Amino acid sequence: MMGNTMSLVSAALKEGRVAPTELCQRCLSLIKSTKFLNAYITVAEETALKQAEESEKRYKRGQPLGVLDGIPIAVKDNFNTAGIETTCASNMLKGYISPYNATVVQKLLDQGAVLLGKTNLDEFAMGSGSTDGVFGPVRNPWSYSRQYKEKSVPKSHSEDKDSNWVITGGSSGGSAAAVSSFTCFAALGSDTGGSTRNPAAHCGVVGLKPTYGLISRHGLIPLVNSMDVPGILTRCVDDAAVVLGSLAGHDPKDSTTIQDNFKPFELSDLTDVSKLSIGIPKEYHAPGLSSEILALWSKAADLFKNAGAKVIEVSLPHTRYSIVCYHVLCTAEVASNMARFDGLEYGHRSDMNKSTESMYAATRREGFNDVVRGRILSGNYFLLKQNYENYFIKAQKVRRLIANDFVKVFGSGVDILLTPTTLSDAIPYMEFIKEDNRTRSAQDDILTQAANMAGLPAINVPTALSERGLPVGLQFIGRSFQEKQLLTVAKWFEKQVKFPMIQLDEVKRHDHGVFQHQKSASFLEHRT
Amino acid sequence: SKLFSGSQVQFAAPPNSLVSFFDASLPGTLPVLNRRCVEAAVMTGLALNCSINKKSLFDRKHYFYADLPAGYQITQQRVPIAVNGSLSYSLCIDNKMSQMVTKTVRIKQIQLEQDSGKSLHDDVRSQTLVDLNRAGVGLMEVVMEPDMCCGEEAAAAVRELQLILQTLGSSQAVMAEGQLRVDANVSVHHPGEPYGVRTEVKNINSIRFLAKAVDYEIERQIEELESGGTILNETRAFDSKLGCTVPMRDKEGKQDYRFMPEPNLPPLILYNARSLPANMNHQQVVNIDWIHERLPDLPSVKRAKLVEQYGILPEHSFTLLNEAGLTEFFEDVIKQTQMKPKKVIGWILNDLLSYLKQHSLTVKESPVSSFLLADLLNRLEKKEISSTAAKQVFAELWKGEGKTPLEIVKEKKLQLIQDQEDLERICQAVIDGQENEVMAIKSGNRKVLNKLIGLVQRETQGRSNPVLVKQLLEKKLSE
Repeated sequence: MMGNTMSLVSAALKEGRVAPTELCQRCLSLIKSTKFLNAYITVAEETALKQAEESEKRYKRGQPLGVLDGIPIAVKDNFNTAGIETTCASNMLKGYISPYNATVVQKLLDQGAVLLGKTNLDEFAMGSGSTDGVFGPVRNPWSYSRQYKEKSVPKSHSEDKDSNWVITGGSSGGSAAAVSSFTCFAALGSDTGGSTRNPAAHCGVVGLKPTYGLISRHGLIPLVNSMDVPGILTRCVDDAAVVLGSLAGHDPKDSTTIQDNFKPFELSDLTDVSKLSIGIPKEYHAPGLSSEILALWSKAADLFKNAGAKVIEVSLPHTRYSIVCYHVLCTAEVASNMARFDGLEYGHRSDMNKSTESMYAATRREGFNDVVRGRILSGNYFLLKQNYENYFIKAQKVRRLIANDFVKVFGSGVDILLTPTTLSDAIPYMEFIKEDNRTRSAQDDILTQAANMAGLPAINVPTALSERGLPVGLQFIGRSFQEKQLLTVAKWFEKQVKFPMIQLDEVKRHDHGVFQHQKSASFLEHRT
Repeated sequence: SKLFSGSQVQFAAPPNSLVSFFDASLPGTLPVLNRRCVEAAVMTGLALNCSINKKSLFDRKHYFYADLPAGYQITQQRVPIAVNGSLSYSLCIDNKMSQMVTKTVRIKQIQLEQDSGKSLHDDVRSQTLVDLNRAGVGLMEVVMEPDMCCGEEAAAAVRELQLILQTLGSSQAVMAEGQLRVDANVSVHHPGEPYGVRTEVKNINSIRFLAKAVDYEIERQIEELESGGTILNETRAFDSKLGCTVPMRDKEGKQDYRFMPEPNLPPLILYNARSLPANMNHQQVVNIDWIHERLPDLPSVKRAKLVEQYGILPEHSFTLLNEAGLTEFFEDVIKQTQMKPKKVIGWILNDLLSYLKQHSLTVKESPVSSFLLADLLNRLEKKEISSTAAKQVFAELWKGEGKTPLEIVKEKKLQLIQDQEDLERICQAVIDGQENEVMAIKSGNRKVLNKLIGLVQRETQGRSNPVLVKQLLEKKLSE
């Protein structure tokens, strides 16, 4: 049951085969037993159960609000949730209880979803490992999977299983881990340079980055306002479409959302791909791309070709400038967005009270980690009058070039681009931390970032297991606001590759224990 | 409401009672542009003959201060909403109202931006109290070119701007409530040479102080330069008690505001009739032409109309517009009286207005209503009372005891003698009693006639119409 897709569980709820409260309890219980993953910062047990109770009442009346009614979900801790702590994994907001819900959170709640808790992330979403938050790093559930354990050779008998765990990727690692370890059926992440797709790839789940402007950012604590989008993490592409349908659309509170009416869609089963044109951008054969992933990418291209689609190599010539461009624009916006954290109105306030200036300085030194402070300093440097033209303006121009690369390619008849999502499978934490956050981000973002620059929709689809038994995903990038086409193709691909389900002992134990009195074995490892 | 949020705007509300999540800079909140503010800016731009930029942009201006919760102000630094306008204003030469000259100051630009909150420094307890009620309120910054040459010009220009804003309704522009704030940039130079270094003068709280501050600063700079010193490009505060400018405590040295485009606000696009797309929702667009068509008459137009319609002098029209409610009062009286406007204006400006000023009252607070004044003027017109008597009645009306002009006239026995025979009798009596004067008059000294008129007036206790008396006397003397 726990490993099921949201759509299947939703059907079970509707048919009364499982009750919302039971489902909620099981998730909460599983969260407790997978605490070592450190995926959750806050578990909102009481409110979740209340929500589940309300949902149950509705189902009993035969009036569920929709497919999401009673479905346990998790939300990344950089979304505002009224009455539930929102920390952004930072000392600056420890204990901060927001008075309002982010629009996307409100929409989910309005649909009857059950909010289990807030998930862990890199501090203020800055990072590609989910390792740099004040609550500690998130562990990839696959570290404890049978698939990984079978393939990993312990260096010595006394080696703790714990020391070899791999990262989730980031910055929405907590959300990805939560979905991957079955503690919830969908989770919200955010995506600024790949922060939803990257951990999705490492954790073997679907990670959707919608087109910029499609989903409201009101209530999402911003990293880079001109690139941020709320991200959707689910176990299958259909589920992502369902969640997208409940979230997309104009929000008067967010002036960057488009005005056009959005119509939620159901994904049809694509049978004929012959009219499809898949582009393979050669620049995405990036330095550092593992041979394993390169091979997988190639195999995927062949899959499309053999099914009759047109697969052509394309060029996005300005890809190699995207890291530097992103660095300038991102740090500049960070410097600006973080200026509000002064300890006066909310959040951490230092005890230093000699003067306003000293209070500000101490508060910000105490509240932010090195990564955040580093980006603020860089960003302010680029925004200085004497540097603005050479850095910020230049970067904006480069951004335009990068976006135009996509326009040209899509304009030439290509429907979807197929690329790797990450350079390799998830690496062990001990190895990851050998390099600093900036270096890691620069390396890891290369394949995902350009889509944020151009505001395009992109999705990670779990594809296969690596030699080490860890998930590897591939990325599809689509045209602006053409999520339907993007997801349709992704769904076809997902069907072809039949990515295996994670074999987590904890979950198995869990499911068995609770299900002893129920005949639901058929749900355990069944997936369409 | 505020420029980017729905909070109310209200002077002197309890501290921090008008603060939305966005105003307090709670993380995750986003700005949403207030349409009314845009319309007000467009109206003001049009009234000041500006070009309205069909596309304008918003920027962030960064600095840290306790009353700036987000650490930046949203403003329009790159492309403001209106540029290149002009403002015409009039001055009296040599303080003579009858000699007015029109001048023009160029308007560089008008930009929309957020106001900051207020900080109150409590040095006793070593603390600063922050009130965010004002944070985020919409401001229009009107930037003028340095075309003015003295305090009087600056004051006249700002006064005219104030009237325009009030007429448009885009601001109440009351300086005492901070609705209109003025910073003066002053520099001096020898004719023919480039402009000197300028200083910025802040803390000017009234138009009168503006003139004083500007004139003081001009003198200070001249003195400084003539004694071999230099002018620093600094900010100075006007001290109204001492009547001088003092350097402001420079907290941070030269600031780099690290301007950056505001990423949460798309460019502001305005339309005119030609560029308006057919299928656009009317609610979603601001149409410049539509606003232009609905602009009310500006003060200059109103003044011209008053002069034309009522035959009053231009300087009269200035006074009428300068006093809130006075034009309406004047026109109300006109409607209710047969007296010609050219005569009514005298009563309005010389009598009513001087009484109001003496007692520091506004037109609204006048104890004499337009109805009462019109009644009084009618009686004067019908020659029921003399003009001297009318002034007496006015003084009585001013006491606001609720008496009508008629009641006062009766009470004080101010009615002019209507009976002509009676009057003739008295005239004859005076003539009979003043032989010498009569002879003088008959021999050509017309001036002495006034003495006789005066005597008749005395005899009648001022209740005779001097014009009529003169006629009667002349008639009798020529017999």
